Amino acid sequence: MKYKVNEKGYYGDFGGAYIPEMLYPNVEELRQNYLKIIADPDFQKEFHQLLKDYVGRPSPLYLAKRYSEKYGANIFLKREDLNHTGAHKINNTIGQILLAEKLGKKRIIAETGAGQHGVATATVCALRNLECVIYMGEVDIERQAPNVARMKMLGAKVVPASSGSKTLKDATNEAMRDWINNPVDTHYIIGSVVGPHPYPDMVAIFQSIISEETKKQLLEQTGSDQPDYVLACVGGGSNAMGMFYHFMDDENVKLIAVEAAGKGVSSGFSAATTYLGKEGVLHGSRSILMQTEDGQVVEPHSVSAGLDYPGIGPQHAHLFKTGRGQYVSITDDESLEAGLLCTKLEGIIPAIESAHALAYLEKMEFKGGENVVVCLSGRGDKDLDTYIKYFNL
Amino acid sequence: MSRRAFQRGAKSNISSLTSQVSDLKSQKMNRIKKLFQEKKNILSIYYTAGYPNLGDTIQIAEALQKSGADILEIGFPYSDPVADGPVIQASSKQSLDQGMTLKVLFEQLKDLRKNVTIPVLLMGYVNPVLQFGVENFCKACAEVGVDGCIVPDLPMAEYEEFYQECFEKHNLSNVFLITPQTAEERIHKIDGLTNSFIYLLSSSATTGKNLEVGNTTEAYFGRIKALNLKNPTMIGFGISDKQTFDKACSYANGAIIGTAFVKAIAEGNLEESVSNFMKKFRD
Repeated sequence: MKYKVNEKGYYGDFGGAYIPEMLYPNVEELRQNYLKIIADPDFQKEFHQLLKDYVGRPSPLYLAKRYSEKYGANIFLKREDLNHTGAHKINNTIGQILLAEKLGKKRIIAETGAGQHGVATATVCALRNLECVIYMGEVDIERQAPNVARMKMLGAKVVPASSGSKTLKDATNEAMRDWINNPVDTHYIIGSVVGPHPYPDMVAIFQSIISEETKKQLLEQTGSDQPDYVLACVGGGSNAMGMFYHFMDDENVKLIAVEAAGKGVSSGFSAATTYLGKEGVLHGSRSILMQTEDGQVVEPHSVSAGLDYPGIGPQHAHLFKTGRGQYVSITDDESLEAGLLCTKLEGIIPAIESAHALAYLEKMEFKGGENVVVCLSGRGDKDLDTYIKYFNL
Repeated sequence: MSRRAFQRGAKSNISSLTSQVSDLKSQKMNRIKKLFQEKKNILSIYYTAGYPNLGDTIQIAEALQKSGADILEIGFPYSDPVADGPVIQASSKQSLDQGMTLKVLFEQLKDLRKNVTIPVLLMGYVNPVLQFGVENFCKACAEVGVDGCIVPDLPMAEYEEFYQECFEKHNLSNVFLITPQTAEERIHKIDGLTNSFIYLLSSSATTGKNLEVGNTTEAYFGRIKALNLKNPTMIGFGISDKQTFDKACSYANGAIIGTAFVKAIAEGNLEESVSNFMKKFRD
């Protein structure tokens, strides 16, 4: 429990609920109820039933043979890309939509970067017949057109966020403003382990299914439920937190979180938060964020919309500060090359987000025979345009 | 009595003594308290520091005092103002683009008390304060003659734990917000922590929405009035003309105008824009 949230909503120095009074009743209602609702056997039954029959879980843990040969270690891919809607995001939206129903909410809002969380939210809203509004940065609307079309087909209203860098941070601002203006019947499904307490904890709990399954699958396939390394990419950090969750207290499992270096950490076009950031408050929690000396949030850059965020979740900030997790970064170029390599070696086109985690394999040194799990958080269909342009395909 | 309970008792006696002392001190010093004792229908104006031009901060303050404003709320801009609507957001961005920082603002405010005698609050988000350093921030406020702060994303629990001591040491008031959804118990707690006034939001909304006083808003204002809070209240969010101002004054000690004022000074001669805007309320 060393790395879990305390009663006040903090992970060490990070977390809390820095929200305007207008959001207090909603966040407080969640805080008082989320653990109770999640623990309820009926909730658990419905949640797991949907994960199995609708999402298609458990997702496979696949021993990638050609990767393993190349790197001289046993490289396992946790196939979150095979989930319904194509990424890990749906684990959380299924959980939160059931929770919103229990709280009697009628309207759902969400922010999205790559569009995966928006699609996952629009999907569960269609499934449960709830009104759905998705906020998405103008820049992201352009670079993730297929996902915008998907959300519209699913019946969601997609509202462009046109302020600031017009990406994930600004979409989050707009979603928070919507929630302030609709304080009674609306639930905000935050898509990552960010936001005011209890969001980081709640989202981590719903995503923890990733490591729960991984442990079982590893035990079956290797005879031990403890790998040597687990790797995942980090924007806000939800797939990473899901991947780390049940390994956090196994101190001999090394946790590696891969941030987006963009055009290079010192280029001025980067999203490598732990490298470039300082402690501060963004989107309702105290964490590490990229900011000026005056405390203004710096606009990040990454080729991957899902990692294009100037902060990380408070629990990640805690894992970073305590040294429990190793936080590294991968550039745009390295991630795209890794995406192509994965496609050629394993016949899997990964999301550019996930390709960041894969790219770090190239930088690791293995003695031979280590067990390494990489969270393949999403599939790359949505990124075809970017791949096509980059490689002149 | 256990030793611990005794210590606690002793501590609270000391702290009540300290608060009496600081009450005495603030009676002399606190411009806000004095204003509420002497005046009704108080008009507080919000504007973003460094907007429309970086160097306008003091000129606007002086013009507002001259044309009848009772309190000034000077906004220090933030890149991600989630509680604000598009107008204040845009003014914040422009101000930041022009080079505004807390450091620049405190430099400008050195001239504040040359001519401005009315209460002045600083309003902004918590992250710039954190980076400036809470102690440095409070000290700088006290030095330039700022009377208090409004920090919408600084919650009560965090204020009590990390900020209150420093605010009180520098004789700064912290103004809390309440909304139609704030529970009664919480309102009383806020009232207990406050020593200036309470900011009553007309509805749960980002800044710049129009005030529509329907039955539910009236019931809410009435409910707050009936609580007999020890602190005065000011109604904010959605006040844009004489009619909505008067309406707000019938339920509270006064009202706060932000968005409508920021819009009014966007263009033209600053002195004239301020004076024309204020004429609507002060004739």
